[in-house]
Amino acid sequence: MVIEVRDLRMRYGTTDVLHGVDFTAGPGEVVALLGPNGAGKTTTIEILEGFRLPSDGHVRVLGVDPATGDEAWRARLGVVLQSWRDHGRWKVRELLHHLGRYYAPYGTPHQSRPFDTDELIETVGLAEHAHQKISSLSGGQRRRLDVAIGIVGKPDLLFLDEPTAGFDPHARRDFHDLVHRLSDLEGMTILLTTHDLAEAEKLADRILVLAGGRIIADGSPDQLSRTVAGKSEVRWTHDGLRHVHTTDDATAFVRDLFRQHATGISELEVRRSTLEDTYMALVQRHESGQATDEEVAIR
Amino acid sequence: MNAKRQAIRLGVDRGVREFRHSMGSSDQWYNLFTGLAALTVLWFQRDSSPDASGISLAALTLPGLLGMGIVFGSLVGPAGQLSVNREDGTLLRAKAVPHGMLGYLVGRAVQTSLDSLSGLLIVLVPGLFLVNVLADAGVGGVLGLLAVLALGMASMLPWGAVAGSITKSPGGAMGITMLPMMGIVAISGIFYPITAMPGWLQGVAQVFPVYWAGHGARAALLPDAAAAVELGGSWRIPEMVGVLGVWAVVGFALAPTILRRMARRESGADMEQRRQAALQRVR
Repeated sequence: MVIEVRDLRMRYGTTDVLHGVDFTAGPGEVVALLGPNGAGKTTTIEILEGFRLPSDGHVRVLGVDPATGDEAWRARLGVVLQSWRDHGRWKVRELLHHLGRYYAPYGTPHQSRPFDTDELIETVGLAEHAHQKISSLSGGQRRRLDVAIGIVGKPDLLFLDEPTAGFDPHARRDFHDLVHRLSDLEGMTILLTTHDLAEAEKLADRILVLAGGRIIADGSPDQLSRTVAGKSEVRWTHDGLRHVHTTDDATAFVRDLFRQHATGISELEVRRSTLEDTYMALVQRHESGQATDEEVAIR
Repeated sequence: MNAKRQAIRLGVDRGVREFRHSMGSSDQWYNLFTGLAALTVLWFQRDSSPDASGISLAALTLPGLLGMGIVFGSLVGPAGQLSVNREDGTLLRAKAVPHGMLGYLVGRAVQTSLDSLSGLLIVLVPGLFLVNVLADAGVGGVLGLLAVLALGMASMLPWGAVAGSITKSPGGAMGITMLPMMGIVAISGIFYPITAMPGWLQGVAQVFPVYWAGHGARAALLPDAAAAVELGGSWRIPEMVGVLGVWAVVGFALAPTILRRMARRESGADMEQRRQAALQRVR
């Protein structure tokens, strides 16, 4: 396993932020950590990056406890930071090349490190801005540079915390392509946090929902929307009257409906719950304080 | 390829690059201002002499300015840069890269040295046209001056790093370095002989590196006759090495622990908080 987390707990003062988080990620997997604000996504990712010490629990990243990870371990990680205005006087290519060279001693015959600077600049779409001062980049261009810096060392595992915050739709799509390319071609394992369900659905092999300091759901986007709140909504008109019914088994219900009424049914609609419905239902149920036993059963 | 050595090499590269970036930038207005201020002081002092030795006040002041400049810059420079870099995320970036913190710190030290050197030249070169303190000093004097400056830098550099590590914002870092430093400069006999100060202030001044860096620079460049206006009437080289040395040794013993603690705590969430605080300040 590339990431192994068991019973991870984090307490700030007397407030528990994480109460027993469990999950794993295998090689080449793209995992999205999803959850409402304040759920502990950033805390979790910072613990895995070794930037924060957990209060308790078993954590292994690339087989190493992040609290004791050395520089050779660090060299196999990529961290995409939400930067702001650091290195404003450096030029794009200058900084990327400079930071890449830190990884050169960690190259192996199997895996050369770092990425070629110019190819990488091309990949993230900054070729036109390679010799521009970083302070003159737009927000979106800056984020692309952040991504480039995060992957310049050809990491085995990449952390992306809210990678597309502030992206326009076009930049977002380019970024999604890039993530697919990295996981397909380079076999990178990727852990990303996001607010955006559509993004998680598009990018991730697996989605973890973190709420109230616990993982309350873990599965592929499809599994989640099917198993968690697998209810569908059936709407129809019968003799001029509009009906709505929510059911677990829409097929059986519709079959029944036609058996009862051979004629007179019109405007039939079956809507399977979307991932968003699922997510909202999950978080809502959690926040209203319903039994945690049930959540365990879901996983 | 040894990873640590590579990081040190990259640190030197970083220091030189950042020095070059600052050369063509608005930072130089500050240098220009201090250069002009120093020149003005020397201009007014060029013909006055404090005693019968015939050495002008300007000749006493110029070496003192060099000593003060290096001590001042070594404390305030790194403190400011470190606190700004913590706020803007440079440090977090360094932390995410293997041996990046080592490279960062080497870069800071290299840049501080180059900054100090350029700051000295800005005072020294025009100053020489008013008082040629180098003429009588010879090669030995210049080497002595360089040794004093190196020691002066070593005495304050780690303290600058500590100040930048323990403060929450660039404003705080400036507050705990700049203000005390200006007070110490005022009593350290840089702009006027320390012998004119009350005795207890002389005692206070001799605890801090500014007086001693100035004293050492004067000892290196001026003829022995100039020692008459010093405290005790002679050059006190062992005392100078002792005081600057103690500051350096204690500083270098303390700084790594504090830097490591600061670096360990650095995280994206903290940086985000500082970012929000900084945005509030701007508005």
